[in-house]
Amino acid sequence: MKEPVIEMRNITKRFGDVIANENVNLSLYPGEIHALLGENGAGKSTLMNVLTGIYKPNSGDIFFHGKKVSIKSPKQAVDMGIGMVHQHFRLIPPLSVAENVFLYMPDCKKVLRQKEMEDAINACSREFHLEVDASAKVWQLSVGEQQRVEIIKLLYRGADILILDEPSAVLTAQEAAEMFRVLRSMADSGKSIIIISHKMNEVMQNADRITVLKGGKVEDTMEAADATIERLTRAVVGEREFVPQVRQNHDLSEDVVLQAENLSVKNDKGLEAVKNVSFTIRAGEIFGIAGVAGNGQKELTEAIAGLRKAEKGTVTVRGEDLTSLSIRKHIDKGVSFIPEDRLSMGLVPSLDMSDNIILKHFGWEKFSRRGILKKKMMDQTAEEYIEKYDIKTAGIHSPVGLMSGGNQQKLLIAREINGNPSLLVASYPVRGLDIGATEAIHRILLEESAKGTAILLVSEELDEIFQMADRIGVMCDGNMMAILDRRDADYDTIGRLMSGEQL
Amino acid sequence: MKKLRLERKTSGSGFSVFLNSVLFTGVALVVCGFIIAAVGFNPIEVYAKMFRKAFLSARGIRKAIESGLPLMLCGLGVSIAFRMNLNNIGAEGQYAVGAIFGVAYVLYGPNLPGVPGILALACCCFLGGALWALLCAAPRAFWDVDESITTLMLNYVALILLSYLCLGPWKAKGQNMGQTEKIPDAFVIPEIPGLEVSMAFPAVIVIALLLFFFYRYTTSGFQINVIGKSPTAARYAGINIRRNILLVLGLSGGLAGLAGFVQYVAVTGRVQENMPNNAGYTGIVIAYLSRFNPIVVIIVSILFAGLQNSSATVQVMGVPAQIATMMQGAIMVIVIAGDFFQRYKFVAAGKGGKA
Repeated sequence: MKEPVIEMRNITKRFGDVIANENVNLSLYPGEIHALLGENGAGKSTLMNVLTGIYKPNSGDIFFHGKKVSIKSPKQAVDMGIGMVHQHFRLIPPLSVAENVFLYMPDCKKVLRQKEMEDAINACSREFHLEVDASAKVWQLSVGEQQRVEIIKLLYRGADILILDEPSAVLTAQEAAEMFRVLRSMADSGKSIIIISHKMNEVMQNADRITVLKGGKVEDTMEAADATIERLTRAVVGEREFVPQVRQNHDLSEDVVLQAENLSVKNDKGLEAVKNVSFTIRAGEIFGIAGVAGNGQKELTEAIAGLRKAEKGTVTVRGEDLTSLSIRKHIDKGVSFIPEDRLSMGLVPSLDMSDNIILKHFGWEKFSRRGILKKKMMDQTAEEYIEKYDIKTAGIHSPVGLMSGGNQQKLLIAREINGNPSLLVASYPVRGLDIGATEAIHRILLEESAKGTAILLVSEELDEIFQMADRIGVMCDGNMMAILDRRDADYDTIGRLMSGEQL
Repeated sequence: MKKLRLERKTSGSGFSVFLNSVLFTGVALVVCGFIIAAVGFNPIEVYAKMFRKAFLSARGIRKAIESGLPLMLCGLGVSIAFRMNLNNIGAEGQYAVGAIFGVAYVLYGPNLPGVPGILALACCCFLGGALWALLCAAPRAFWDVDESITTLMLNYVALILLSYLCLGPWKAKGQNMGQTEKIPDAFVIPEIPGLEVSMAFPAVIVIALLLFFFYRYTTSGFQINVIGKSPTAARYAGINIRRNILLVLGLSGGLAGLAGFVQYVAVTGRVQENMPNNAGYTGIVIAYLSRFNPIVVIIVSILFAGLQNSSATVQVMGVPAQIATMMQGAIMVIVIAGDFFQRYKFVAAGKGGKA
């Protein structure tokens, strides 16, 4: 066996009393794709931050090509050829691809020629089959292309060890497949790659070896060939009984709640993002929208919630045309909305739980009288939610920005279903959440639909769609490609519709 | 050797903010002390004299409260706008227009006796300031025109209008100075019996308490808070942002207009051509130092007014009167820079925590 490029031995990292990593061992060989699997908070990111010099471990050693090293700063890590693509890209949208890459170069010439830069980038992107237009501005690129720019940034600086944090989270199935193909060819050329992920299928298909972290410790390390879903699940969640929430088949009521007719909506750039879309959702129905993110789902949900103007068509809720009414009116008419961006839209991170609970509902009789807030009632409701939805928080008066993503989402969903909405629009409600939180959110959604609420569920995970939805609408490039009953649908058909094929 | 590095703090209590401010005010005084020493005076002697004059005599305190009144109202006005992230730099102009409306009422308004007359006059001044601010609020609300530029520029218009009126049509007869006639006695706010402090002071305290209550316990205050902290979330929550911009800038300007009222009715008894005398700008400094807390605004205003008054006393020692302005500037810059330590703390490098 070859000598490992990186060997981390007995790494322990504590934050105060919290142990983030405990005696973690990890070795990375040249030419391999190594997956780090685990729930949120399992210590994957901490471990990678130790490797990239952001954190210094409390104990343990790192060996680089067999030599013991101490990585003191991110800069040193970069000099050693270790580079990381973060989940949230670090690019500057108004600058071009070439400018973004050169910005990252520590000691380049003071005067740069546009042409020279672009040629260099193009050469690099050809070498590694990372297609991207070097002169394009970053804001014009798709998420997949932006990710390629991040990878080029690292390669151009000569990185041999690439760490990618949840690289497929933002990609379409096709884009993800393409990305893994590129990663494989880079590994074949001798580079070592670590991917952080919590998707078991993806890891089994694309990695050479898998290390599972749980509670800061290595639970299991295996060859991908030896991995099975059962083995991985056991390692990731432990002996905890894990029953995915699954929608039972049932007949739909005749009672139409939402009717969208010939809806066309523009995106922020003024282009038509939703094209002549029509569908209905009935009481107690979960209508799933499958599709790669960025195919008009955001614009569609915002138009239904009243946050975005419809160019054409109508949105009717319980027989009432809401198309041109204000956001306030939508809320009052029983349209609830879980936006995809919970921390910048759905919640105010610097405010506490009590305040976030009344964000939309401060005018309710329950929470205020003649314009005076009922503080006691707000706090009491917060305590109720903590109890009822098992929300973990440092206290109802600590800022919600400090809560974990799962707890923030529980709080948000609790607020949105409070007051019995007619329609609940849920955009990527479990994105970025671990298995436990996902399960809880799904259970809440199922309970809510049992009460007769119509639910519009947008997701990019087909598993989730198949698990939850009664009917499935597939969106591609702003079009509603088809609407299928779940019982008649299969992964392959939906996948082809998502990529724009007609039935 | 242990190196230090910075780490973000997760939270800070109101008390630690207070301590921090006091500490860095001290630092500012030390810095100013060096400058005073550099021009050849004993800083300790100068400070002692200023302090004694401003805060250790009943007369000093009375004077500080009196000249603090317009500062308080400007500070309160500026705070409400800043809480919603609206940069109202125009308290100076709104103050001037408030005063102009006041004189107009006295000259041309109905003659109401006693308290109703005073209240009507106050409303008129409030209205003047509010309208002047709304001139900027409307473009901001409907076309997203930056209010910090428009409010600032309208200051010059208001000040020139004020000096035109004071030197022209409204100039008091037989006077060399640009000022209006003395206000009729009927409008003068009486003093609190025995204290020789105008009743305007408790009135301003009531306004501050109302604002405190407004921010904390009302749905309107809540909406302002949400818009200030996250406009995206506010829009999502169905909060009418346009209406709140108009409301908040209107209130903000109105309070600054009331500064014109108190100065006119409770302090000078006339409107003078240079009347706002930077109170609108000092109000911005006060609002920042008070972290937009209305109760703190009152206290800081009195301290600033005392500082300003006492600079005259050290002038006899030969210290330039600009010392007060210098100190105000230094306190503002240093205390706000000191906020850094409110948000970050030093930890030994290598110890736990995020970089």
